[in-house]
Amino acid sequence: MSSYHLSHLKELEHESIQIIREVVAEFQNPVMLFSIGKDSLCMLRLAQKAFHPAPLPFPLLHVNTTFKFREMIEFRDNLAREIGAELREHINQEGVEMNANPWSLGSQRYTHVMKTEALKQALNEGGYDAAFGGARRDEEKSRAKERIFSFRTKAHGWDPKNQRPELWNVFNSRINKGESIRVFPLSNWTELDVWLYIHYEKIPMVPLYFAKERPIVERDGALIMVDDDRIPLEPGEKPEMRKVRFRTLGCYPLTGAVESDASDVPEILEEMLRTRTSERQGRVIDYDEAGSMEDKKKEGYF
Amino acid sequence: MGILEELDRHGIEGYLSRYRDKDLLRFLTCGSVDDGKSTLIGRLLHDSQMVYDDHLAAAKRDSAKFGTTGEDLDFALLVDGLEAEREQGITIDVAYRYFTTEKRKFIISDTPGHEQYTRNMATGASNCQLAILMIDARYGVLDQTRRHAFITSLLGIQHIVCAVNKMDLVEWSEDRFEEIRAEFSDFASKLNVKDLHFIPMSALKGENVVHRSESMPWHQGGPLLDYLETVHIASDRNLIDFRMPVQNVLRPNLDFRGFAGPIASGVVRVGDEVVSLPSGKQSKVKTIATFDGELEEAFAPMSVVLTLEDEIDASRGDTFAHVNNTPRLDSRLEAMVVWMSETPMQAGRSYLLKQTASESPVTVNGLRYRTNVNTLRKEDADSLSLNEIGRVELEAMRPLCVEAYQKNRGLGSFILIDRITNQTLACGMVVDRAPVERSLARRQASADAGTNISEQRGSVTTEQRAQKLGQKPFTLWFTGLPRSGKTSTAYALEEALFAKGMQAHVLDGENLRSGLSSDLGFSAEDRWEHQRRAAQVARLQNELGMISMVALVSPISADREQARRIIGEDKFVEIHCDAPIEACEERDDRDLYARARRGEIDGLTGVDAPYEHPQSADLVLDTVGQTIEANVERILAHLVEKGLL
Ligand SMILES: Nc1nc2c(ncn2[C@@H]2O[C@H](COP(=O)(O)OP(=O)(O)O)[C@@H](O)[C@H]2O)c(=O)[nH]1
Repeated sequence: MSSYHLSHLKELEHESIQIIREVVAEFQNPVMLFSIGKDSLCMLRLAQKAFHPAPLPFPLLHVNTTFKFREMIEFRDNLAREIGAELREHINQEGVEMNANPWSLGSQRYTHVMKTEALKQALNEGGYDAAFGGARRDEEKSRAKERIFSFRTKAHGWDPKNQRPELWNVFNSRINKGESIRVFPLSNWTELDVWLYIHYEKIPMVPLYFAKERPIVERDGALIMVDDDRIPLEPGEKPEMRKVRFRTLGCYPLTGAVESDASDVPEILEEMLRTRTSERQGRVIDYDEAGSMEDKKKEGYF
Repeated sequence: MGILEELDRHGIEGYLSRYRDKDLLRFLTCGSVDDGKSTLIGRLLHDSQMVYDDHLAAAKRDSAKFGTTGEDLDFALLVDGLEAEREQGITIDVAYRYFTTEKRKFIISDTPGHEQYTRNMATGASNCQLAILMIDARYGVLDQTRRHAFITSLLGIQHIVCAVNKMDLVEWSEDRFEEIRAEFSDFASKLNVKDLHFIPMSALKGENVVHRSESMPWHQGGPLLDYLETVHIASDRNLIDFRMPVQNVLRPNLDFRGFAGPIASGVVRVGDEVVSLPSGKQSKVKTIATFDGELEEAFAPMSVVLTLEDEIDASRGDTFAHVNNTPRLDSRLEAMVVWMSETPMQAGRSYLLKQTASESPVTVNGLRYRTNVNTLRKEDADSLSLNEIGRVELEAMRPLCVEAYQKNRGLGSFILIDRITNQTLACGMVVDRAPVERSLARRQASADAGTNISEQRGSVTTEQRAQKLGQKPFTLWFTGLPRSGKTSTAYALEEALFAKGMQAHVLDGENLRSGLSSDLGFSAEDRWEHQRRAAQVARLQNELGMISMVALVSPISADREQARRIIGEDKFVEIHCDAPIEACEERDDRDLYARARRGEIDGLTGVDAPYEHPQSADLVLDTVGQTIEANVERILAHLVEKGLL
C-alpha cells in the first residue's frame, strides 16, 4: 500500500488538474489570464497536463500595459508559438490615447487604467464566462479566504461576504448570463511549491528571474531597470550596471529588482529562504496600506 | 530545526528534495470567538519560522493600532485578513494558511467560531484529516465546542485534538485540565471519532504550541506541533474500490479517445476490465495517458486519462469501475445534509445535486430527522433552516452512482444548488442504505414462501389439538421501542393466562437471538429475517394449539404485515407498547441507549434506526402512565371481546 503514495507536490498537481478540467467541462468560453510570471507558467504547464494529448482548449489572455519588460513580451510570443497556444493580447486603447504612464498618472491611477480597467475591457470584449488566474492563497492575507471558484458579478465585482461555500472538490459552476467566475487552480500552492515545481518540471522561465548585469537606477530605495528610453531620467541620474534579478514581473517602472548572484532556481530559492522576505515587497504597487489588495479585488483587479 | 539549519545541513538541493517528498496534512482549527484560535495559528507560523520579516513588521505596526495585547506582538494580527472582520474583531470566513516544518507540510483551514457560520466550518472540514478544537480553560466545554466536534465527525474527520487554551489564566491547573478532558471525552464518546487527543496550552505565551511548556511539567505529552508532525494519518483514501467519474472526453484526433477524470478511490491498471455506469458498457483499459508518459497503474487521488480497447460511449458524469466491483446505482438516496442557505429546505422541493463531475435534479422526498447539534438528539422536523443538519431522503430523475460517505468521500459527497439563484444551498454526505434494499429484493424473492399456505398431511388437526387444551390458539404480537415494556407485559400476561389454566408462551426477541437467530445481526435485512423466524415459530405454536406471545421491537410496518400474513389474519393480534423514547431511555437499566449514543452499538431502534409507528394496532398500550397489571387487564378484556378467550 505504501507505494500508492503521492508527495504533497504531486497531490497539488492532481488537484489543480481536476480544477482546470472542471472549468473546461462546465463553461462555454473560458480563458487563461497569462501574466508571463512564474505562477502563470506553472499554471500553464498544469493546463497542458490536464488535456494532453489534446491541445489547450482555451486561449491565453495577456493584458499588456505597454510598460512590460521587453524580455517578457519576447518570451511570451515564443512560448505561445512553441506550444501552439492561441494568444490574445489586450491593451487599453483609451489609455494609449491619453498616453497613460506611471509618471504622469502616478502608479495607482496608471495601474487602474492600464491593468484593472484593461482587464475588465478584455473580459467584456471576449465574453469570457470563466477566467483562470494564477493567484495563490499564501500571497497575501486577504487572499487566504479566496475560493477556488470565485464568483463575479456582471460588473466583475467580488463580494467577500457573499461567497459560495466550497466543499471537497465539488464546484458550483452555475452562473447567469453576464456573470463570470475567476478560477484559481494554484490556490493551495505556496510560493516555494511553485518554484519547486518549475525546478523539477524544468519549466522555462523569463530570464529576468535570474541574476544578470542590468542597467539600474535607484529610486526611493527601489532598484528600477531602465528597459527602454521612456523612463524620464532625473538630471544627473545615470543607469548603472548592477547584477540583479526580479522576484516578480510586471511593469518595469514599477517593479523593483534585488541584487543577487542567483542564476538558477536552487540558487534563487536559497537566497529566498535565507532572506525570508516576502516576494511582493519588490512590487511598488503593493506598498499600499494593509487591506488595499482587498479593495482592488472588489474593483475587479483579480 | 529551523529552515536555516536545514539548509546548512543538507545544502539547497538536499533541502529541496527533502521538501518535495514531504507529505501533506490538512487540518482545521475551530473554536468560539476569543478562544485564541488566531493567536494559536500566529504562534504556529511564527515559532516555526514561517512568517516573513515584512509581514512580521506589519503585524508589529498593527499591534499598536488594533491589537489587544498591549506592548506584546498580537499574533492574531499575523493571520486575520479581511477589513470587515478586523472591524468586528471576529473571523468571518474560512481562511487557508500554509506552513512547513522539517517533517511535514501543512494546510490549515481556519474556521470561525461564530454561531452563524456552521456552513463555513463544514466547508473548512471537507478537505481535512484532523481538527484542532479550541477550548478556553476558563469556560470549558461549551455548546459551540460540542457543535464543532459534531460537524467535524459528520464530515468524516478521524482525529481530533482538543487544545485546552489559556491555561495561564487558570494557574496552569492540572485539575481544571482533567475536568475538561473528562467532560469532553464523555461527549465525544457519542461521536464517531477514532483518535482523540488533549493538550493543555497557552497560545499567547507559546507554551505547548511549538515548544514544550515549562509551566505545566505535569503534562506528559509533547507540544501541539510534535503531535501534528507525527500523528499517523491512516489514509482516508479508499484504495480498494476503483471509481473514476468522467470529467471530460478528450478527442484530439480520430485515433484518440480519452476519458479524463479524478480517481475517486482505488487503483486502476492497464488491462483491467472496466465498466462504465450507468450504461453498463464494458471494456479493458488500453492506456493510462499522461503528459509525462504512459503509466502502468494509477490510484486515488490522481487525475488521469484512460483510453479503452473498445469504442464505448461514455460521457461526462458517467463513472468507471471494475467490472467485478461496482458502486450502487440508485435514484433514491439518503444523506446527512448541512443546510447553508437563508432559504430553508422544504420537502417536495427540487434542487440540483452536484457530485464531482455530474449534475442532476433531485427532489426532497422527506426529512427523517433533524439532529440537535448541541445534544445530538434526533428531532422530528419538516424543514431545515440555515446551519441545521438532518437526514434527508432524496430522489433523482435518473439513477446516480453513489456510495456511503464513510466508505468513499468522492462518491459519497455532493452539494445542492438552487436552480434559480444558483446559490449553493447545502452539502450532503451519503448514508448507506444498501441493506434495506437488499432486504427488499429478498422480500420480493420470497414473497410467498413465508405465508401460511402449508399442506396438511397428518390427520390430527389444529382444532383437535386446541380443543384438547381447551383454548383458541392465536398470537399476540407486541411491538415497540426497546424498553417500551413489551417483554414485561408479555410475561405478566403469560402468568395471568397460565393461572386461568391456559397454555401460553412468550417468544422473547432477545432470547431468540441467542439461539434460533444467533447467526443474525441488526441490519435491516437481518431484522427482517429474525422477525420472519419468530413469526414462523409463533405459527407452529398456534398449530400446536398454543397461545403465542411475541415480544419483538419489529420497527418496520411492512415486516409486521408479513408476520400477520404468516400467522394468519384471524389469529394475529397486534399490540403496540407506546412509550416515548425519553421514557424508554430513562428506564434503560441495561444502558442500551447510552451505548448506542456512544456509538458502541449500531442500529438501535429510535437512535439510529427508524421505528415506524403502527397505524392499525389492535391495542395501543400506555406503558408509562399505566401499570403492567392494568395493561394486562386491558388485553384480557380485548381478547374476550374478540372472542378469542
Ligand atoms: N409504568 C410502567 N412501566 C413499565 C411497563 N412496562 C414495562 N415497564 C418498565 O419498563 C422497563 C422496560 O421494560 P422491558 O419490558 O424490559 O422493555 P422491552 O425492551 O420493550 O422489552 C422495565 O423497568 C419495566 O418494569 C408499564 O406498562 N408501565
